[in-house]
Amino acid sequence: MDEQQYAQYIKKISPKSKVWSSLLRAFLVGGLICLVGEGLGALYQLWLPAYDQTQIGSLVSCTLILIASILTGIGVYDKIGYFAGGGSIVPITGFSNSITSAAMEFRKEGIIFGTCANMFKIAGPVIVVGVAVAMLCGLGYFIVGLFL
Amino acid sequence: MSTIIFKQKPRIIGWYSVAGKKESQGPLRETFSRIVTDEYFGEKTHEMAERKFFVTAIQGAIQSAGVQPDIVFAGDLLNQIVSSSFAMRDIGLPYVGIYGACSTMALSIINAATYVDAGLVQTTVAAAGSHFATAERQYRTPLEFGNQRPPTSQWTVTGAGATVLSSAKTSSIGVTCATIGRVVDYGIKDVNNMGACMAPAAADTLERHFKNTNTQPGDYDAIFSGDLGQIGEEALRDLMKEKGYPLGENYYDCGKLIYYGEQKVDMGGSGCGCSAVTLNGFILDKFQQGEYHKVLFMATGALLSPTTCFQGESIPGIANAVVIEEVTE
Repeated sequence: MDEQQYAQYIKKISPKSKVWSSLLRAFLVGGLICLVGEGLGALYQLWLPAYDQTQIGSLVSCTLILIASILTGIGVYDKIGYFAGGGSIVPITGFSNSITSAAMEFRKEGIIFGTCANMFKIAGPVIVVGVAVAMLCGLGYFIVGLFL
Repeated sequence: MSTIIFKQKPRIIGWYSVAGKKESQGPLRETFSRIVTDEYFGEKTHEMAERKFFVTAIQGAIQSAGVQPDIVFAGDLLNQIVSSSFAMRDIGLPYVGIYGACSTMALSIINAATYVDAGLVQTTVAAAGSHFATAERQYRTPLEFGNQRPPTSQWTVTGAGATVLSSAKTSSIGVTCATIGRVVDYGIKDVNNMGACMAPAAADTLERHFKNTNTQPGDYDAIFSGDLGQIGEEALRDLMKEKGYPLGENYYDCGKLIYYGEQKVDMGGSGCGCSAVTLNGFILDKFQQGEYHKVLFMATGALLSPTTCFQGESIPGIANAVVIEEVTE
């Protein structure tokens, strides 16, 4: 067997992720998280009628981040993630989990060189890519606007 | 010739294994010398816990041998092999640090046996170990990060094992020969498929071993690979068939022996501790009970670092094999 044949052979004998059941679980859990977000939004709207939609949205995001952070701290979120996969990574709760878990993991190296330095180890690339793409979009919007 | 023959047949006079909670829920439960269910082993960090596993295993082995050793050979997976070297602060014996990734248990036995065989020292200790949490942190993601493990991944064993070798002929279990591994790379880059990375190296070592010693797989009561897991085991069987040395029912993989399928470990166990606790429990116990007379123990290692992986390099493997057999005289 040469390298190429070996790579093909390994691909053949390696078990694959179960796509359909993964998708279904991600859909259910991801949907549930969004549903909780919607519910919270409705509650905040009742409780604070003076707030506008943007303010309510921020409150909902903050609440979800807090809940996910606490669930990570008490060791529950990784179990949800094991079941849901992308369903619990993609919503804002996943972002919260990636920061809290890294902060906890590196706490042993101290506050500054451990927690602060490593908190964004997983979330960092998401922020960098987000900002970069936002800038590109803004630039595109600006250029298109010049000709309209 | 790449197979070393130990003329003096250094004897194994003591052994000890200490394993963690998940391992204690597996099929080898009864064979561990000690089980520690606290992942921190009473310490502040997982790294300190890993050291304590080392200290416990080495002290236990020395105690079971009843002789004070001259040199300790030990290694682990953490950067700068800190677990074994920091553990030596408490042991206080002359120490040689060894790195062979997960092949360390076999590599340290080969070194320990060589010193004894050459008549340089009387008694040596070989040790290796690993910890799930420290390996996850070094190679993968934070423990509480909610991701899914790919189905080809393996689970790092929490535990350590130590073996005491001696020139005194007080035991009938001897180390008779060893084949040192070559670094073999078949271009696999998937860090979540270690078995596939290591199987070609394992096949290379086995083939050379059988050729050099003029033996066949059937000549051994059992052949053990360290931590190939399910994919690696299947690949090794196929590669050995191709090389003309098909492995029979006497071939086992420690990574598959150590956990039950339903323990959510995917392809099986891995890490230095996997082969270390299996050897210093299950395998050597079987010698003592008279069930095994000749065993080929081959620990397998994937020689990667997080840096080489991020830089897109493939993962080379290595496998070190040692023959343990019942010796008279």
